[in-house]
Amino acid sequence: MTDSLGVSRRDFLRLGLAAGPASLVAACGWDGGPLLEPRLRAFGRINDWVGEKIFLSRSRLAPEYPISDRTAERLFPAYSITYNRRRIYPEPPRGWELEVNGLVRSPQRLTREMLAGLPRVSYTVKHHCVEGWTAIGTWTGVPVSVLAGLARPLPEARYLRFDSFDSGYSNGWDLASAMHPQTILAYAFNDRPLARERGAPLRLYSPVKLGYKLTKYVTTMSFTRERHGGFWEDQGYPWLAGV
Amino acid sequence: MTDPPPVKRYHGFVRLTHWLTAILLPGLIASGLQIYGAFPQFGPRSDPYPLPNPWAGESFPEWARLGGWLAGGLNWHFALAWPFVITGLVYLGFLAVTGEWRSLLFRPRDLRPALDMQLYYLRLRREHPPQGKHNALQKGAYTAIVVLGALSVATGFAIYKPVQLSWLTALFGGFELARYWHFVTVWIFVGFTVLHVALVLLVDPASLRAMITGWYRGRFPSHD
Repeated sequence: MTDSLGVSRRDFLRLGLAAGPASLVAACGWDGGPLLEPRLRAFGRINDWVGEKIFLSRSRLAPEYPISDRTAERLFPAYSITYNRRRIYPEPPRGWELEVNGLVRSPQRLTREMLAGLPRVSYTVKHHCVEGWTAIGTWTGVPVSVLAGLARPLPEARYLRFDSFDSGYSNGWDLASAMHPQTILAYAFNDRPLARERGAPLRLYSPVKLGYKLTKYVTTMSFTRERHGGFWEDQGYPWLAGV
Repeated sequence: MTDPPPVKRYHGFVRLTHWLTAILLPGLIASGLQIYGAFPQFGPRSDPYPLPNPWAGESFPEWARLGGWLAGGLNWHFALAWPFVITGLVYLGFLAVTGEWRSLLFRPRDLRPALDMQLYYLRLRREHPPQGKHNALQKGAYTAIVVLGALSVATGFAIYKPVQLSWLTALFGGFELARYWHFVTVWIFVGFTVLHVALVLLVDPASLRAMITGWYRGRFPSHD
């Protein structure tokens, strides 16, 4: 168990010893420095484990809201890495298709029409951003579990990873959250096809995760043995980000 | 006049949990203030709730923050939160097992003595009211701080897992309000700590040494 969490008892002790002076000097927006910051991240893996194994229910649904509770779209923030860098939203590659691959028995390539023909889920839910704000919107798409049913993952598949055409943005996911009935690859927002800034043509959505786990501009969904990090996760944001 | 012989005061468990809290809480507050800066208001983005908040739209000065950026603040906060919870549980477990809670829990029958004690402190009453190990005001303070600690943890979980613990989040009026209550607990903690330290230093400085060594040397109150 120690190995799977990547944290040993000694790490705990070091962290505890360091937490004292660290918080006393609370000083100066310190992230822990090169020595401690990785320890804090390692500690975060315990929270990831607790979040997935203890808090996350495979069947509990996020509350749904009436359409009248929707946040005005101009007040529902949208961003993309490409936009932040170059002030343009990423353009889908010609002949875009969703690929479902990795550790699966039958890899899939799906066009927009094929996705639209699959079982769909639609809900009006609250979006939780890691920054602390929330917004309500309606999302419609194909449950990730339906796509998994088509591709038939192999028993050794333990994680999922979602890749995009947004300057390399990606996210690694635990299977439990990905197979949650409300985790979907969405092609519509507030009853209309996804706008460019919302991640068109297809984005990951789930009310059981913080916004930064919800990959936009998705190209590939792959089943993996290893845990993939992600754009923000690799910079230090909590990996599980379950709410 | 010689000092009375030292007496044993504050069990090792109490001292340990007290000082752990004194270390963890400032770290939790500082990292919490870092996190607050990412969205320094409460309620919907466009239309914040009209709740009292002198820091609306502000971020806290660097010396008051821990983590450096949002992710750093979160990692500190989540790393310190579990030890804080465990420390609280160990303390409560100690009180339960030893029966110490009896001398600390403020009960309705303490209301009258609390009033007498307040009158004494305000010099509206001449004699120090009779008391057991702690006076009724102390009981009130030590009970309230445990309740506050529990509320800070409960509101913390309510905003940590607003979907998985949606019943808890609903209990605090939803995610946005729970986030506000979590913030409010900070300022009550700060106020309590200032008062607590001031009273220790002014009224009974010998208890500070007792909280460190476990031995109380002096007479109470220290300056009489």
